[in-house]
Amino acid sequence: MATLTASPRIDLQALQLDDARALLKHDARNSEQEAGESPTDYLQRVIDNLCELSLKDPLTGLSNRRHFRSVLERSIESVARSGESVLLLLLDIDHFKSINDSHGHMAGDLVLQAVASCLARCVRPMDTVARYGGEEFAVILPNCRPLFGRAVAERIRQTIASLSIPVAPLLNIQTTISIGGAYAPEWVRSTADLWIERADLQLYRAKSEGRDQIRLEQPQELSVSAEEKGLLFGSLDMNEMVTAEAVPGDTPTDAADKATNRVNA
Amino acid sequence: MNDLLTPTAENQDAAKVPLKPLGKVLAITSGKGGVGKTFVSANLAAALVKRGYKVLVLDADLGLANLDVVLNLYPKITLHDVFTGKARLEEAILPAPGGFSVLLAGSGMVEYSRLTTEVRNEFLRIISGLVPHYDVVLLDTGAGISDVVLFAVSLASEVLMVATPEPTSLTDAYATIKVLVGQQQRQTVRVIINQAARPGTGLAITHQLQHVLDRFAVTDPAHPIRLIHMGDIPVDPEVRHAVMRRQLMMATTPGCPAGQAISQIAGTLEKTVIPKPA
Repeated sequence: MATLTASPRIDLQALQLDDARALLKHDARNSEQEAGESPTDYLQRVIDNLCELSLKDPLTGLSNRRHFRSVLERSIESVARSGESVLLLLLDIDHFKSINDSHGHMAGDLVLQAVASCLARCVRPMDTVARYGGEEFAVILPNCRPLFGRAVAERIRQTIASLSIPVAPLLNIQTTISIGGAYAPEWVRSTADLWIERADLQLYRAKSEGRDQIRLEQPQELSVSAEEKGLLFGSLDMNEMVTAEAVPGDTPTDAADKATNRVNA
Repeated sequence: MNDLLTPTAENQDAAKVPLKPLGKVLAITSGKGGVGKTFVSANLAAALVKRGYKVLVLDADLGLANLDVVLNLYPKITLHDVFTGKARLEEAILPAPGGFSVLLAGSGMVEYSRLTTEVRNEFLRIISGLVPHYDVVLLDTGAGISDVVLFAVSLASEVLMVATPEPTSLTDAYATIKVLVGQQQRQTVRVIINQAARPGTGLAITHQLQHVLDRFAVTDPAHPIRLIHMGDIPVDPEVRHAVMRRQLMMATTPGCPAGQAISQIAGTLEKTVIPKPA
């Protein structure tokens, strides 16, 4: 990283901050220098706020596509090294165009906002919820086991279907959402595009098979049962087998469980 | 994670019966990463060279290839250039320290870590092009049961499964063998146990794997799965030294216990699998 030149003072007058201020003001943020705030602190605050703005979708307050993309790429790196199970969901509001057409774009925007805040409530703080574009959303769920992934998607689908969204006096709209999902290929450094493509294919399936449903890419239908594991290690003396890091009583259960999950996922 | 077991619109092609395996092509695979698969590939290749074979090792671990790291080779032209049509196959083949030839994946191959029709065809074209020129082609595949790994293994006439005695490694090896049996109707898988603590460890493990497979793997009764124990590679400080120095163990200290074990495995291969070169 290039080193920054230290300057004894920052001359705020010499900086052209009007556009930045206008942007922050538009987002209902305090854009003025506060009494007693040093020029450096003030500038830092402006920059922090701008950074935050650049990652947010203005309409819904969710992460925007840019932020989504960077989180996705980071996930790929960590999956390649750790084999962690990360699920990407793509979600699309069903028949959104007809909402716009019959109730107007304002109503459409209100629906988008309601769905967005509902999505954000349905997931963990560590998950990333983004507006991917138009009426399409994306959720990245790190550390998400296959069964858990389906449960989350189902919760989202049901919660959205149960929403009654007020869009005008005496007019509430109900809507549904289609969800497609794919896990990052574990232990492999894939690309964000391929991953999105796989989730998108599942979303397409959910849409074409009737909407208001979930399609997740099937994880490998392969499991090693507890009975198999028991037999696998039953008569082997593991302490004798492994020299390094051998722990007395190191029964295979834990380690084997972990391995199975990875194979299953 | 496109699995081959359940056909979807996306991988209908991939779900079809695997292609006929090619003779003289040996896949070296493992259930889990980090068990020494690439180490075994490179050193076994060198051991086969000493027995008079003309050997090529193909880096088929497209996702996380590190044959280049093990051999300390960083060529300008790689498999990636062949895939993208920027170079001819012959240009990407280079000599490795142990006297064998290698075809390295190159970092750009991550784009091909998903099995598309294009990747399948290109892979097949490359391997078919190589087979006539070598006595043995070793495929250093990725770990586990991803579709690229399974496809690479399906091209080989023989599968060498590398595992360590650790429970995780064994479970994953077992799971992978089960898939190879179910999906590719493999009847023979050859097992190499790496980092064996004492003599006999590997054989006991292979027997145990066989025992559980007999009970749980769904096979055609007329063609059961048979595991063949190829040998143990003992825990040996020379292995670590060679890996850390990025030297080929079979070139620097072939007489060390691990080196002898690998020579022995090469000998067994000569007797059972690979016809003597003319």
